[in-house]
Amino acid sequence: MELAFYLSGLVAVLATVGVITGTSPVHAVVYLIVSLIAVALVFFALGAPFAGALEIIVYAGAIMVLFVFVVMMLNLRPDAEYDQILSHPRYWAGPTLLVLVLLGALVALVSQGGLEKVIDGELLTARSVALTLFGPWLIVVELAAILLLAALVTASHVGRRSNPLRKLRSPPNAPSSPDRGGNS
Amino acid sequence: MSWWTPQLAAILWGMFQALVILLGAVLLGAALTVVERRLLGLWQDRYGPNRVGPFGTLQLVADMIKIFFKEDWVPPFADRPLFVLAPIIAFASLLLSFVIIPITPGWGVADMHIGLLFFLAMAGINVYAVLLGGWASGNKYALLGAMRASAQTLSYEVFMGLSLMGVVAMAGSFNLRDIVNAQEGFWYIIPQFFGFATFLIAGIAVTHRHPFDQPEAEQELADGYHVEYSGMKFGLFFIGEYVGMVLVSALIVTLFFGGWHGPWLPPILWFALKTGFFLMLFILLRASLPRPRYDRVMSFGWKVCLPLTLINLLATGAVMLLVAS
Repeated sequence: MELAFYLSGLVAVLATVGVITGTSPVHAVVYLIVSLIAVALVFFALGAPFAGALEIIVYAGAIMVLFVFVVMMLNLRPDAEYDQILSHPRYWAGPTLLVLVLLGALVALVSQGGLEKVIDGELLTARSVALTLFGPWLIVVELAAILLLAALVTASHVGRRSNPLRKLRSPPNAPSSPDRGGNS
Repeated sequence: MSWWTPQLAAILWGMFQALVILLGAVLLGAALTVVERRLLGLWQDRYGPNRVGPFGTLQLVADMIKIFFKEDWVPPFADRPLFVLAPIIAFASLLLSFVIIPITPGWGVADMHIGLLFFLAMAGINVYAVLLGGWASGNKYALLGAMRASAQTLSYEVFMGLSLMGVVAMAGSFNLRDIVNAQEGFWYIIPQFFGFATFLIAGIAVTHRHPFDQPEAEQELADGYHVEYSGMKFGLFFIGEYVGMVLVSALIVTLFFGGWHGPWLPPILWFALKTGFFLMLFILLRASLPRPRYDRVMSFGWKVCLPLTLINLLATGAVMLLVAS
């Protein structure tokens, strides 16, 4: 279990480095998918297969598909010029400093928390996850559900075929301009 | 013989089972390519491939020889790593899902308690095969096919998961072995008929079978996302589709038709018979139905199937609470 944990952790880190250093956008997104699957394997190794499976279904299987979809449509090609601009220290010095501070905080926290804990692969079943979610954390689940419902209602309102907001913005009897599109 | 422990024997027996199931799934998928063409011929009043060997049974061998010896060509404008990766994902993700299917009380590869979620995860990964293959080909028909496929698969996977939740709620487990055991004498097709209907539709759509094969419509897209593939790379996409068909049939049998349960005959035979029935149904659907328009497919998924599965889940929960109280 410990070996699986460290191996998949290593894959996750390497794949994430690949996301950052890659020049082709689609390859970067594919590296991100690999990274997410590796994180799911970390969950499996820690004895939480339910969380691991949900990670693959939701993140790798649904959200990243939309990312790939959009990147595919944009027809982006590796851009050497942009890469050169970004390699200038002015652009990466600040973020690197901030990330180093975060890394220091993380290392301090981990070393403080004691290293005697080992990965024993204790199994957490879907039933226990459900009982925790719908027991002590019921309010949080309901709040998340209301948030998602609000997002759903908003999305279906914005994406409506005859959008009243569009009519308000443009003066009546104006010739339809191409940038307003048809019914999207 | 000190090294021959019961533990080692159990491991070897498990490996043997896994190997037999793997080879069985692949060979069944390969054989179905010919069986389907013969059956299409039968149902459409023509002969189909009947020249090679007695009744065309050796057509499979001829096809295999042809596909193995074809030039494995990668177009110069293609994105090579992703072009090679895509067929592997297409084949492997569906094949891996076979580990969760219990075939008989003694046979089956893995006994995971997240069973069904594993299948949904693999179905989610399977989208990338089409998506990456279509993009990496550098061909506009392939890209259009990949676009259609990803939109269709995303839409249909939403309610594929939901259609199975009624079964999960009734059995109280994601583990397929538990689900089969819970169906002894009472198949879930009766209380979960709407779940079955929507899962069947979603299963056809996710494997891109006719009548949901808009991603690879020959007439409009010249075969869609795998138009640039040749040789064994195309073979992996092609066999992968049939492996997916076998997988969905086996899952329908396991989830809604009691798996290996049945009178008189041995369990393995019941499982094979039921799975074979659904494979024939898949082929009959292809032989008889026309292909609907793409926007109709999408609106059918979102406006009919998704509400139906939600209502089904709600009703299942209500009835279960009523019975329990």
